[in-house]
Amino acid sequence: MSKTAADPVRVESLTAGYPGVTALEDVSLQLNRGRITALLGANGSGKSTLFAALLGLRPPLRGTVRIFGQPPARARRANQVSYVPQHEQVDTSFPLTVEQVVMMGRYSHMGFLRRIRQTDRRAVDHALERTGLISLRRRSIGELSGGQRKRAFVARALAQDAPLMLLDEPFAGVDRTSESLIIEVLHTLRDAGAAVLISTHHLEGVEQLADEVVLLHRRVLASGPPSQVLTEQQLARAFGSALTPAPAARHDPASSGIAPGDGASGAVTRLSPEVGTSGAPSRHSPDDGASGVHQPPDEAEEVR
Amino acid sequence: MSELLLAPLAYDFMQNALAVAVISAAVCGMLSCWLVLMGWSLMGEAVAHSVLPGVVLAFALGIPLGIGAFVFGLLAVALIGALGQTTALKRETTIGVVFTTLFAAGLVLISTVTTSTHLQHILFGNVLGTSRTDLYQVGALAAVTVAVLLVKRRDFTLLAFDPTYAAAIGLRTGVLTAALLGLLALTTVTALQTLGVILVVAMLVIPGATGFLVARSFPVMLIVATSAGAAAATIGVYTSYWWDVSTGGSIVLVAASLFGLAYLFSPRRGLAAQLLRRRRRRRARTRPA
Repeated sequence: MSKTAADPVRVESLTAGYPGVTALEDVSLQLNRGRITALLGANGSGKSTLFAALLGLRPPLRGTVRIFGQPPARARRANQVSYVPQHEQVDTSFPLTVEQVVMMGRYSHMGFLRRIRQTDRRAVDHALERTGLISLRRRSIGELSGGQRKRAFVARALAQDAPLMLLDEPFAGVDRTSESLIIEVLHTLRDAGAAVLISTHHLEGVEQLADEVVLLHRRVLASGPPSQVLTEQQLARAFGSALTPAPAARHDPASSGIAPGDGASGAVTRLSPEVGTSGAPSRHSPDDGASGVHQPPDEAEEVR
Repeated sequence: MSELLLAPLAYDFMQNALAVAVISAAVCGMLSCWLVLMGWSLMGEAVAHSVLPGVVLAFALGIPLGIGAFVFGLLAVALIGALGQTTALKRETTIGVVFTTLFAAGLVLISTVTTSTHLQHILFGNVLGTSRTDLYQVGALAAVTVAVLLVKRRDFTLLAFDPTYAAAIGLRTGVLTAALLGLLALTTVTALQTLGVILVVAMLVIPGATGFLVARSFPVMLIVATSAGAAAATIGVYTSYWWDVSTGGSIVLVAASLFGLAYLFSPRRGLAAQLLRRRRRRRARTRPA
């Protein structure tokens, strides 16, 4: 156990969901240091549920989640996880400047009184610089474009300086400049040894972005290097018949974020009837793949 | 002018009234910032109204009214939470069910326990009847509330802004939420003497809303809201003295006027600024053509 205990993320046969709905079934996953992993799946494939499980906000029905060998709650308190939220979760009318948002990333480094020290200021400056936001630091977050705002949240996660970063749909509704800036930042982060997990439903550019791809549709359909995973057949199983979910799906009001601890309040539509209830996720027989085809993009993800 | 302002303060009861009104309204104003950002206006109203049976029971038992109010404020919060978790009802609905029920229970209790004068005082406040003891009590509660709010202000703000991230970096969001609700109950208690059960919620919402319209950053919002609360209390108490009208009512009307000013003239989100910007844009568009 001691050898594997240090993996940034180790998920074993995780089943999770809500009363009456299984959003994830028998999911196993491992992330390594110095790797960027893309979690690819359609809406309702369980990406957000998996994120919630990794953050320890949605307890598993079965299976285990370990972050650096620890339960998520303890890993969070040890400042091992940073997180970039989805677009729709952010209240843009909130009276906060860019700088103040990024400073939030330093709270886990501060004492009980959250006194800001010189090292915190330096970390914030550095994060703003890397995300190209120095000149916008005193802007209120409501005055930013979607891409700039996303960069601000990436900067916050950078300032946090945690060895594992989770990004929920970081490229949804983001302009090209911001996208390439964010990718550059993530590559630097990876080269420094961090583990990065990005959930996304847009295929474009995944090969350039990620070292590993995990194809999710309630189960792990395939995982490995992009060249192996991103085959037409696999993608058809994950996304249904519409093979390219790209531009139209970039903005996605249907999927919403994850919220901590509102266990019973999730209004959830039912997943379509499952096909193979038993055993591990198989990845052959095209007939079996039918379970992934023609499903309406349901909203198994949490609704705030 | 100074005569006009100082004359009322020759009376002890006016000194006490002014002090207690300013302290409680300032604390309400401070807390209202987080309530507004959390979207808890209705929650504020619920807690404020639910303390009624607690106040009446405390009066009957001869213990400090604040204790009864605090217990029932927390009871309301617990009931709302429990109903939400065990049914599929929306939060708005569970709040509506709980606080009206508790308020009704309070009314029934009042009619069995005390006179209609007391009923008046509890419902609408009785700031002119403030004793020194009341003043010290309110002062102590206010000090506790302000201390907790200021020490944990960054955590509360993050909780309101992005609860998922707050949880992700290891903040105890459940504890923080409970603390904020506890402070809400405590603040209601401090403002009861001044504003009464019915109007407390006004000062738990209006100053924060005013600060929101004016400020670009949270510290400024905090200062504006707290000052607006204190100013409303000061002007309101004097107004009620000069014209012999309801003190609680005057305070709330002054607060609402300040909100109105912010709505019209705030440099950022004010109506005037918006119109000006729109006009400038239109002109800029037509000129080069």
